[in-house]
Amino acid sequence: MLVVHCPVCGAEGDETDFHGGGQAHVRRPATHDPVNVSDEAQRDYLFIRHNPKGLHFERWRCDRGCGKWFHAARDTVTMEFKAFYGITELPPRELMEQATGEWATYFKDKLKAEAKS
Amino acid sequence: MKSRYSIFSLARNAMNYHKDWERAWRSPAPKAEYDAVIVGAGGHGLATAYYLAKNHKMANIAILEKGWLGGGNTGRNTTIIRSNYLQDASIAIYELARSLYEGRSQELNYNVMFSPRGVLMLCQTEHELRAFKRTAHANRLAGLDCRMISPAEVKEIVPIINDDPNCRYPILGAYYQPRGGTARHDAVAWGYARGADALGVDIIQNCEVTGITREGGKVVGLETSRGLIKTKKVGVVTAGNVSTLMQTAGVRMPIESLCLQALVSEPIKPVIDCVVMANTVHGYISQSDKGELVIGGGTDPYNNYSQRGSFPSLEHTVTALVETFPIISRLRMLRMWGGIVDMTGDRSPIISKTDVEGLYVNCGWGTGGFKAIPGSGCVFADTIAHDRPHPIAEPFGLSRFAEGRLIDESVAAAVAH
Repeated sequence: MLVVHCPVCGAEGDETDFHGGGQAHVRRPATHDPVNVSDEAQRDYLFIRHNPKGLHFERWRCDRGCGKWFHAARDTVTMEFKAFYGITELPPRELMEQATGEWATYFKDKLKAEAKS
Repeated sequence: MKSRYSIFSLARNAMNYHKDWERAWRSPAPKAEYDAVIVGAGGHGLATAYYLAKNHKMANIAILEKGWLGGGNTGRNTTIIRSNYLQDASIAIYELARSLYEGRSQELNYNVMFSPRGVLMLCQTEHELRAFKRTAHANRLAGLDCRMISPAEVKEIVPIINDDPNCRYPILGAYYQPRGGTARHDAVAWGYARGADALGVDIIQNCEVTGITREGGKVVGLETSRGLIKTKKVGVVTAGNVSTLMQTAGVRMPIESLCLQALVSEPIKPVIDCVVMANTVHGYISQSDKGELVIGGGTDPYNNYSQRGSFPSLEHTVTALVETFPIISRLRMLRMWGGIVDMTGDRSPIISKTDVEGLYVNCGWGTGGFKAIPGSGCVFADTIAHDRPHPIAEPFGLSRFAEGRLIDESVAAAVAH
């Protein structure tokens, strides 16, 4: 049983009070450039998923609390939540650095951008 | 050549206190190079290796397994075999598999205990009744032996079912496949392992593949926990662990790994002699030869690699079944376990070549792979041997996700699969 914490309203409850929404930080290509969406980009958006064994970043919804979507970082082997953060935010810096595989690739630019600013 | 299992070999070995049984398969050390290597010794992998050796005469092949053979989802499912899917592509592969199950024990000389005891898929809402009627028409066009049955017939086949018309989800009928049923899942893995081994396939257990080695666009070998193994053809059949392995070859998969749980009750006298699937309330049930009720339900809703599920999913499944079969409400549950299933967006499998030459993948069976083992192995072996998709495997290629040519089974079989 997972214990989830909502970073928006502060509610804490087990997984039945929340709704898992799958992989976080998925970008819909048509939102940004509706004219030039390739079949491959649309496939990646709809179907290709980061599926790491270890640290993963997900969306959750506070179903029986404030109803807001938020982000969570969780280990898919130990099931331990590492952080909860807002729906428009990036994960804490140390988690972005710990990320492996496809997530490491995804966060590389974000880390660089953060270092510059 | 292995000696055949028969009543005579059983009697002979019984006289000798069972001291002289030969091993069902060897435990060879890995060679430096193979013509083809299958990664993952579950049912699908073992069947693939068996058919590569048998139908395509490839003798110099190996199958690598990080744990023990048949120890993943092959040994964790609820052993249901049926082929009454909605889409033509699914019907073709699942019906091939179901019909191959009928002759498995004879061909493999290994009793897989295939028991065509009938599979009932309950209709508990008007919507579900209509959906199954549609499936019934599709299946009839494809020539499957399936039919819709009335609530009275359901009660006759499954006397313990709750037929109260005023309950929350009353039985409005059922979709019945009399030739569906169950088989012993371990025996399916062991039978294919013994068969493959007899044909010269090296089954190497406790050998984890840590990476796929590429040179340019071609596969050249595998990094394993027992050293580098050279090969030009690799078939990846690793279910829940497929994304992480394919990533080492630079191939991204449309897969999410979730936990699916099952459980068995304490053994009781025979009460149910078919398989009942209740998709609306999320539960399915059959009774094993030992008398245990074998129960399965839906997956946990989040990514998981731990082979342990959560209690809310189990509670949901058991609640559903207690309402459908009130007499089981006092039963105690003996064991529960979880397996890591590989879910695709359209709930159909992937049997495909990849952009990397010599790299083939068979995965995405999600919550319903056991029923497909013989068919999947057969067409995947053909795909590997001829380096082109077998006609039955072709619709299940990876390209379907970019082309939008989905094989949508999530409507007809959202849960029990």
